[in-house]
Amino acid sequence: MKKIDRTKLTLGIAAPVLAIVAALLITSVIILATGKDPLHAYAVMVDFGSKSDSQVWIINKAVPYYLSALAVAIGFRMNLFNIGVDGQYRIAAFFAAVVGGALTLPGFLQIPLIIIVAMLVGSVWAGIAGVLKTTRGVSEVITTIMLNSIAAAVIGYFLQEGRLAVKDGNLFHTPDLPASSHFFTIPTQPDPLDGFLVVAAVVGVAYWFVLGRTRFGFDLRTVGRSESAAQAGGVSVKRMVITSMLLSGAAAGLIGMPTLLGVSYNYGTDFPVGIGFTGIAIALLGRNHPLGMAAGALLWGFLERTGTQLEFEDYEQEIVGVMQGVIVLCVVIAYEVVRRYGLRIQQRKVGEELAAQARKTDKAEVSA
Amino acid sequence: MSEGGALHRPALAPSLRGECAITASSSPPAERAPAAAPAVELRGITKRFPGVVANHDIGITVRRGTVHALVGENGAGKSTLMKILYGMQKPDEGTIAIDGEQVSFASPADAIARGIGMVHQHFMLADNLTVLENIVLGAEKLHGIGAAARKAVLEVSDRYGLNVRPDVLVEDLGVADRQRVEILKVLYRGARTLILDEPTAVLVPQEVDALFDNLRELKAEGLTVLFISHKLGEVLSVADDITVIRRGTTVASVVPGETTPKQLAELMVGSELPSPETRESTVTDTPMLTVDGLHLSATDPDGVARAVLDGIGFTIHKGEVLGIAGVEGNGQAELVEAIMGMRDPDGGTITLDGADISHAPTRKRREDGIGYVPEDRHRHGLLLEAPLWENRILGHVTEKPNSRGRLLDLKAARADTERIVTEYDVRTPGIEVTAASLSGGNQQKLIVGREMSHHPKLLIAAHPTRGVDVGAQAQIWDQIREARREGLAVLLISADLDELIGLSDTLRVMFRGRLVADADPATITPEELGSAMTGAASGHLEHAEDGAETGGGAAE
Repeated sequence: MKKIDRTKLTLGIAAPVLAIVAALLITSVIILATGKDPLHAYAVMVDFGSKSDSQVWIINKAVPYYLSALAVAIGFRMNLFNIGVDGQYRIAAFFAAVVGGALTLPGFLQIPLIIIVAMLVGSVWAGIAGVLKTTRGVSEVITTIMLNSIAAAVIGYFLQEGRLAVKDGNLFHTPDLPASSHFFTIPTQPDPLDGFLVVAAVVGVAYWFVLGRTRFGFDLRTVGRSESAAQAGGVSVKRMVITSMLLSGAAAGLIGMPTLLGVSYNYGTDFPVGIGFTGIAIALLGRNHPLGMAAGALLWGFLERTGTQLEFEDYEQEIVGVMQGVIVLCVVIAYEVVRRYGLRIQQRKVGEELAAQARKTDKAEVSA
Repeated sequence: MSEGGALHRPALAPSLRGECAITASSSPPAERAPAAAPAVELRGITKRFPGVVANHDIGITVRRGTVHALVGENGAGKSTLMKILYGMQKPDEGTIAIDGEQVSFASPADAIARGIGMVHQHFMLADNLTVLENIVLGAEKLHGIGAAARKAVLEVSDRYGLNVRPDVLVEDLGVADRQRVEILKVLYRGARTLILDEPTAVLVPQEVDALFDNLRELKAEGLTVLFISHKLGEVLSVADDITVIRRGTTVASVVPGETTPKQLAELMVGSELPSPETRESTVTDTPMLTVDGLHLSATDPDGVARAVLDGIGFTIHKGEVLGIAGVEGNGQAELVEAIMGMRDPDGGTITLDGADISHAPTRKRREDGIGYVPEDRHRHGLLLEAPLWENRILGHVTEKPNSRGRLLDLKAARADTERIVTEYDVRTPGIEVTAASLSGGNQQKLIVGREMSHHPKLLIAAHPTRGVDVGAQAQIWDQIREARREGLAVLLISADLDELIGLSDTLRVMFRGRLVADADPATITPEELGSAMTGAASGHLEHAEDGAETGGGAAE
């Protein structure tokens, strides 16, 4: 028992270490190939990334990334690939911005209202894919990708003057939220931290609790591990597909909120896009684990922050994108390798222990 | 016999091997003690292999021209040993000698080159190809794929009396025919030593007899057959030598004439032989499960809807075991799934303990007291990559001790898993290991323990002891019997006719989605049951000459 636990722990640490070492090596080779010094690049990154304004920037950047990763991970845990988180958060943020811009309620009413609208819209958008999967058997990968495009088109249609948007310079955006709807911040030096950090942490804890400690979470994980076993065990797989898509969409609805309630206060043509895809990479990186994904989101923020500095040092600007890709690949491969190795070790151990037991009893029988 | 051994140098071309078989047949083999090198000699084989008991210090000598049976519980290490001999696994220690010559196999190709062939338990044939195509597939170098190949195939088929029709599609063949194709496939590649892995598991008794005739034919032609089984009666009837493996090592070599099935089984288990017999009746008058007029249609791959269950009706009383016999694929799996709620029947009713559950969801049925030991435990009974305690929760997440309200009770679930592991003798180092790392028998014990722990009213047991070692088998039978005494109703589906006859209070035969015959387990023999399973008989089966009342009446 204890031995296996220790192995488990060692393997648990081995995977990320292996991945980081491999990623560093590969990235170094790539940087060397461009004729630059990799060690200097890392030194620049660490130096710049550890400055306090960088740290605040990284954390604020990591908040939406983390929420996005959670949304993707809910799907992953039940073997659904919600590739449409991107469209879900954008359309959710858009309509939340429209509702928020049209009302002037006290903040304690309006902020929750905006968030709820966003979660609902995100759910509905993801739910379409869930319904299509359960009723028509359409793969959620296909539908969610297509819903991304449809979301972009819908937003594009409404984001025009005279419809739901106002013109501001050469940008279009929804009417600004009233000041009462601005989310709180945590005062730090030199810049404040986004208060949505608290929400992200709460959602992370909820994710862990619901999946690991509730009947519902067990059912969801069961479907993810084996649909046939789940069905035989009494889980309604179809209902589970829809529920988890709704949940995933609701989480996706939160992704745009730090930006909407804390930075832009409206949804405009310059609203950030692509966070949904970043979330997929981070969910893979963090192995769907709430803490792992938090680390992944911070790492992503760190790379983006320090990547800009690399340009000043005359490194290719694409190097950060390369690093991100290499890291995801290394992590996915390393975890799979370690997982298989762990399973083998465990099987062997079980076999050996049982054989040892058997030998003992056999000897007793033979001598008897 | 020495010429047989001497001729079998691996360099021989397959055609030459054919000739040598003829030479060998001219002098009747086996009886004359072969002083020459044995066909296969394994010495001190040790293998640490994941999931099953390690092989250690195995020693086997197989005489040429004999049928040599290898018996042992599942998980005892038979399959591992055969994989070593066939080059699929490398032994950690020990030597393999073929015809007296020490060899080392890196892959099955090496083994084939040395004249060793294997017929796997699960056939490896392409359904949409003809028999001929299947046989030459991968061995095109020998005789091409044209007329020469056909000639060679027919030649081999005739020589060993296999009666294979080369142009039939494999998908149109029955199980026994497919097996003959597999054997022919191996012979075509020039095998002189055949390994058959549980060849009788999928056959009805009549087919088993035919297979044994084939094996005797092979033997008469000087070939060597290594036959893996745990059906002792069969082993005794066909084998010349028997080696018993227990817990990874060879414990005895016996000659069939000097042993009984009981002694053999005791050697295998290392203790008293279990038996499925339950003769004292515990059947009551209270119906527990009533199925009436159950109908289910399914669309087959060709898009044709057909009835897979048609007019199924039966009642199981408290304390009764109803056994359903039938060749696999005649609707048994669908019947189980309809009762479990995994398929929604389009006609008929299912009543459990007075309540209509025809269309109730699976979870409701489980909560209402249906226990389920599924046919395919990997697909339906376990989460292979999850730890044992999560597997203990599977299917019973809404019930105590697994949850309180909507929350899981991990502590209680873990504690109860420990209890099941102890009470049901699941051999595992702990409850944190994954289900995949246990051997089949131990996985099954865990499932049975889990289902029994919720005191079901009705237990659906589909092939409960398939792929389970004799020790675990006895235990599972005991548990079913014990629960039956306490009023459990059991629906038993099994391909093991001894198990079916031994455990059941009532027997029904299923054929093409219908219950076509019934029988009294006290008087029926496996042979009679076997012939009814092929659709040759219907109605009430009487044990006697007039056993099969009507021939083929149920065929449609």
